[in-house]
Amino acid sequence: MAGPDSPEVLVAENVRKRYADEGPWAVDGVTLALHRGEVVSIVGPNGAGKSTLIQMMLGLLVPDSGSVRIFGNEMATGRRKVAHRINYASTDLSLPYSLTVRENLMAYALIYNMRNIGSRIDRLLRDMDLASFRDVRVGRLSTGQVARMGIAKALINDPELLFLDEPTATLDPEVSAQLRTTLQTMVRERGMTLLYTSHNMREVERFSDRIYLMNGGRLVASGSVSDLMSRFETEDLESLFLQMVGQKRGKDE
Amino acid sequence: MNSPRPPVPLLAWRPMAGILFRQIVLYRRSVPRWMEIFYWPLLDLLVWGFLTLYLKKIPTFMPSAVTALLGALLLWDLLYRAQQGISVMFLEEIWSRNLIHLLIAPVTPLHVVAGAILSSIAKVLLSSSVAAILAYLLFSFRIFSLGLHLFFFILALLMMGWALGILTTAVILRFGQEAEVLAWGVIFLFQPFSAVFNPVSVLPGVAAAISKAVPASYVFEGMRSVLVTGRLPTGDLIMAFLLDFLYAGVALFVYSRVIARARHKGFHLKLGS
Repeated sequence: MAGPDSPEVLVAENVRKRYADEGPWAVDGVTLALHRGEVVSIVGPNGAGKSTLIQMMLGLLVPDSGSVRIFGNEMATGRRKVAHRINYASTDLSLPYSLTVRENLMAYALIYNMRNIGSRIDRLLRDMDLASFRDVRVGRLSTGQVARMGIAKALINDPELLFLDEPTATLDPEVSAQLRTTLQTMVRERGMTLLYTSHNMREVERFSDRIYLMNGGRLVASGSVSDLMSRFETEDLESLFLQMVGQKRGKDE
Repeated sequence: MNSPRPPVPLLAWRPMAGILFRQIVLYRRSVPRWMEIFYWPLLDLLVWGFLTLYLKKIPTFMPSAVTALLGALLLWDLLYRAQQGISVMFLEEIWSRNLIHLLIAPVTPLHVVAGAILSSIAKVLLSSSVAAILAYLLFSFRIFSLGLHLFFFILALLMMGWALGILTTAVILRFGQEAEVLAWGVIFLFQPFSAVFNPVSVLPGVAAAISKAVPASYVFEGMRSVLVTGRLPTGDLIMAFLLDFLYAGVALFVYSRVIARARHKGFHLKLGS
């Protein structure tokens, strides 16, 4: 069961963040909630504040005001209490190149205090189509394989809430589709909640239960794809995206 | 979905094992890393060992002073490796763009430090053992002639090295990769005041005063005392440990403050990207 009636997994309330005392707000008054078993996307242009918002959700950054709670736990002060139930992958991050795929997963399985590590790694390697690369060093993998490896690491602890920052940016369409199917299965079967960012609007349309559109640090629209299409009278998400970004740029100028 | 899993206990062994496992595997296949453990200490040993062979032939040179040179070299290398082990481990996390993975994991920044210390112990043991065996085989120098005192000398130097390693890491996390040169250079700031190869008594006034605040100076003075007189000035060793605790306290405080600041300012997130 997913949707507004499901239990809340993450609640952000009026979150604000800026990096310099007098600087612009990177995130400005964001309020949102994620429910169990949902796939939610955050889309927006570069510099919209998506990464900063995710970092605050992960407890890496402390909001200047407002709060982020995951499973009812305040992330700014009690990250460790829920860190084992969440995970994150981003194309900006990597894993040590001189370790093999299996060794990297083994290290993180231990760090996340997991058991049955061997069978867990085997299953992930199958799911991510990396079984034949298990003993290959990460440094010898293709960009797409490294991305899948990052996602495998993010799934090592069976997270109940998974953050993916542009997970398919470096993947070809076939592998992207395969990954979406795998993730959708996990969402459906395990009730995992997935929050992800992407610049691929077609993918977001197909994959997301709900979408948050960010611009200039603010949430400028939210809803299901069909909801947004009808409300803003656009044919697709890309047109809506361009419309929103254009309006903001027009105001700025 | 089942009921929520409990948080990872603070003292769980698996997360520590995971951090240590990564380090061990990193070393297993890397020639430069093996060089760091064996090659440089071996070269140092050969250069200084040959010098002692020459000095032994000079009639006016005291034999104990000659052997003290090799003892000092072995202990200095241990201090250097201890400091570098901590700082370089953090740099490796930054270079491999892996630090954020650790910061979001169910471990604390202190777990990461503890993992670095454990891997540092393994490296120092390996490196020092080989150097000590070679010093005996090539130059007939027996580091164990320092007796039980050796254990305390090593512990005091390791603590100083770790404290400086943590402090260096904090500075790198605060100021970014521009500061990474400190990982290799900071220990040499302390070398002139550590009385490694010479007694404190020959240092000029200011340098001698500074050396009073450096734990290593008490260790090296103690080592010379044991080699020459067979006696250890216990007060000096206590002073070394007191200073070590002070260094460690300051280093952990600064490290915690830097991490807390980074969670507000996000500086550490710029590292490695």
